[in-house]
Amino acid sequence: MNRDRHGKSFYILAALFAAFVLFLYGPIATIVILSFQGPNGGLTFPMRGFSFHWFHALFQQQMVGDFGGAITRSLILAFMVMVANVVISVAGGMAFRRRFAGSTFLFYLVIASLIVPSILVSLGIGLLFSQLGIDPAWYSSAFGAQLTWTIPFGLLIMFAVFNRFNKSWEEAARDLGAGPWRSFTNVILPIILPGVVGIALFGFSLSYDEYPRTMMTAGDSNTLPLEIFAMTANVTTPVIYALGTLTTAFSALIIIVAMTSMAIIRRRRAAKLG
Amino acid sequence: MSTTTDTAAARPAASVKKARPGGSSAGAWLLATPLAIVLGIFLVIPILMLVIVSFLDYNSVQILWSFVVQNYIDAVSSSATWETFAVTLKYAVITWAITLFLGFWLSYFLAFEVRGAAWQMGLFLVCSIPFLTSNIIRTISWIPALGRNGIVNSVLLHFHLIHQPLTFLLYSQFAIILAFVHLNTLFMVTPIFNSMMRIDRTLIEAARDNGAGFWQTIVNVILPLSKTGIGIGTIFVITLVMGDFVSVSIMGGGQSASVGIMIQNEMSQLQYPAAAANAVILLAIVLIMVFLILRVVDIRKEL
Repeated sequence: MNRDRHGKSFYILAALFAAFVLFLYGPIATIVILSFQGPNGGLTFPMRGFSFHWFHALFQQQMVGDFGGAITRSLILAFMVMVANVVISVAGGMAFRRRFAGSTFLFYLVIASLIVPSILVSLGIGLLFSQLGIDPAWYSSAFGAQLTWTIPFGLLIMFAVFNRFNKSWEEAARDLGAGPWRSFTNVILPIILPGVVGIALFGFSLSYDEYPRTMMTAGDSNTLPLEIFAMTANVTTPVIYALGTLTTAFSALIIIVAMTSMAIIRRRRAAKLG
Repeated sequence: MSTTTDTAAARPAASVKKARPGGSSAGAWLLATPLAIVLGIFLVIPILMLVIVSFLDYNSVQILWSFVVQNYIDAVSSSATWETFAVTLKYAVITWAITLFLGFWLSYFLAFEVRGAAWQMGLFLVCSIPFLTSNIIRTISWIPALGRNGIVNSVLLHFHLIHQPLTFLLYSQFAIILAFVHLNTLFMVTPIFNSMMRIDRTLIEAARDNGAGFWQTIVNVILPLSKTGIGIGTIFVITLVMGDFVSVSIMGGGQSASVGIMIQNEMSQLQYPAAAANAVILLAIVLIMVFLILRVVDIRKEL
């Protein structure tokens, strides 16, 4: 194979790929720009001046209902989901390394959790809680509802990690007398750590932005995506772009932190082994 | 390595007393318990609850615990229900066709045209990062582009390609499908890319050596070997579109219908058994579609 020259198909597909990336990132770029509209600007171009007016509006007026409370709840919930997602997915991933009674059933349940439409999970949990006489709340019913969405991703990451996991390291630890817990903390965990960071990233981000499974399960106090969705129906100023810019910037920050720590872990390991 | 351990795990190792990697069966049970509990409480029981409530009566204030099939009769005897399911299915099929086309060629580009693992993974990340940001914000972000005074209309008017602003761009079925493609193409790219990365490169060289051209290699080698990825991507896209109501309500401008919106409307009017009946019908349709896809592809092969 000639490795230096690209064929015609490369250039056609590279153009398609570039167009797709523009399609993917172009719209979000426009709302970032438009969130700096002047005070008289509208939801579309042209820009009428440049200002931080809409970011101020976001924090000063009660334009978005209980914005501060919603963001606080969303952050706490995302953190709770992140921790639970890591623990459950890592434990589950360890369990699925061997067959056990019911493992196939549980596997299909995980897949079902991913493909059952979110609105049905939301409605089902909402009905369950109301019929049991328990008030749904973001920290109970919405927490569980979001886990049904994040856990399948966490487990899929674990499956991918253990597919490439060399079991001889673990055998060596056993042969040297390490118990199950010690061989987990000293051998397995350091090896799978980049994957664990990935699971944490998915847990946090998917929870932080989750809407459909939270809709019927959050109870009286909204999470941030619920506030944002309510805004889409009745806010007609760029303040919604300012909010979009802020939450997207925050999501991007989380992604950068996670990816950087994964890269650092890999580099340290390479240095140690090399 | 993994094959030897797999065979060891498959039959009970009677003579070997030493604990095998992977732990004991009881240990596996213990590790899987939190998973089973969460999915039991927040998935299995709620879905059962949904089925039960779909058979219950209701009045304007509350659910009444008496068994009826009226909710299903109401649902299937209303032409609005049929139309809503039909239009949702239409969204799903169109979105599927477009995301499959994009997903296949973008994955092909990443897997076979881009050289070097770092570039492949870097460009794949570029495609997948938006998944970890807000779907609602990503949907809203189409408004400045598609609106009556939006970017697309301004550009087309500027170059005299049109004389009136196009009104079908926003708050229309076009906008809804655009948002679906925007949000869900990743779910097609990821599994197909994963399948393609597992294809033995020597197979493609062998095909080329035997005189297969570009298209023959695609049709006879790459397409069959990407079947599992295509199947998984199809399941994702179909189920996400069938259950959606966020994209349809933002991009449809309040005039468009989908099964998700119908269910949500019934919930907001406290008609929970009616909502549950439609939810169960939706679930049945989705599961039938998934079952049909699983008859063609074996997803466990991919894990």
